[in-house]
Amino acid sequence: MMTNHGNRLTQGQFSYLPDLSDEQITLQIKYALKNGWAVNIEYTDDPHPRNTYWEMFGNPMFDLKDPAGILMEIKECRKTFPNHYIRVTAFDSTHGWEAPRMSYIVNRPEKEPGFRLTREERGGRTQGYTIQSYASDRPEGERY
Amino acid sequence: MGETDIQAEKPDLTAPGDDAPVDLDAEFQDSHIQEILDKLDRELVGLKPVKTRIREIAALLLIDRLRRKFELVSETPTLHMCFTGNPGTGKTTVAMRMGEILKRLGYVREGHLVTVTRDDLVGQYIGHTAPKTKEVIKKAMGGVLFIDEAYYLYKPENERDYGAESIEILLQVMENNRDDLVVILAGYKDKMDRFFQSNPGMRSRVAHHIDFPDYSPGELMDIGELMLEEQKYQFSKAGAEAFREYISLRVTLEHFANARSIRNALDRARLRQANRLFAKRGSPLKKADLMTIESEDIRASRVFVEGRLDAKLNEAPEQP
Repeated sequence: MMTNHGNRLTQGQFSYLPDLSDEQITLQIKYALKNGWAVNIEYTDDPHPRNTYWEMFGNPMFDLKDPAGILMEIKECRKTFPNHYIRVTAFDSTHGWEAPRMSYIVNRPEKEPGFRLTREERGGRTQGYTIQSYASDRPEGERY
Repeated sequence: MGETDIQAEKPDLTAPGDDAPVDLDAEFQDSHIQEILDKLDRELVGLKPVKTRIREIAALLLIDRLRRKFELVSETPTLHMCFTGNPGTGKTTVAMRMGEILKRLGYVREGHLVTVTRDDLVGQYIGHTAPKTKEVIKKAMGGVLFIDEAYYLYKPENERDYGAESIEILLQVMENNRDDLVVILAGYKDKMDRFFQSNPGMRSRVAHHIDFPDYSPGELMDIGELMLEEQKYQFSKAGAEAFREYISLRVTLEHFANARSIRNALDRARLRQANRLFAKRGSPLKKADLMTIESEDIRASRVFVEGRLDAKLNEAPEQP
């Protein structure tokens, strides 16, 4: 796919960089915790760009001081879903923000086939476009 | 990066030779441990065995740091501890200090204290305990997890109790995440002994068993004065004498909780002092009057008047 360099999903931060190592993830989490953001772990096997709500792994983690606990959860999540996309988000609850301030992928399936572009003929020679993950042809849980 | 930079960095990368001198003093100064130990001596009265053990731990961690310079790798020492002692002997206070000390020594990263009891660890239904315990553990990472009255975790009379599950998770974390957190268990001596007997895994993972002795009356007096000083109060001469007497009487009564009883007694004395000053409205007050606890504030206590506790007998005893 033309926007899928090296067949990699590019969503969130750092997605054009090589995968983050655990030390790098730890540092990023540290930054989030320093700012008082709650860090969550989410996973999905339907990485369509419009699928913003991924499944949450465990509870959101409030009041943490140290990244070690979150890294432990990430490893746990990788063990449970080795072939899913897993991302770490940092939620800022400050009034006015109330939104994720960071989001980056920490685990991806071995093979990422990318997305198919589907064209649709409409009335008056207009054309509609949509994309669909090749992987999402199969049912949930068996996609990657 | 220039050539010189690279060369300047080089000596750090290689271990010093076998005969290189070790500057223990410099390392000691560097860590500012003495400050903490001094502060501990100043602010905590008595507790000899506790202070000795903390000194030992500090020394071990310092030497460990020096050894690492020579690339003498040894495993990270386990620092999980068990504090036993009667109520009010300073277990929580010391645990709080422990976080700070371990942080200075570079053993834990954040040095904060998370205090929990059974309720925070054990869930109410199947599948509730594990996430609950894990959440607490995650919060404590980088610092110290203080489990107060840890023996309640294990209830042998109920085999379906979820406490065992919590203990299992704790054991696993205590073993695998030794670098991430220090677990301190606290409780009364006899109950903790029974707890360890039925959980041998726990016993072997807790390296340091520290017993907190009861305070002597003299130490209690020092503690009382320290507490007053912190709150900008002071005893008058007769007041101090009365309080000394109060302590000697109070120690023999039931529900005596060492420093905590002293704090409660002082709180009640402050109440009476305020009442006394209020009663003689109209006469001029000076700063010293506001600060001073007189002997009558203390002698009004029921310990003196009736030889029994201030609290009514059917009231709940002072919680540990």
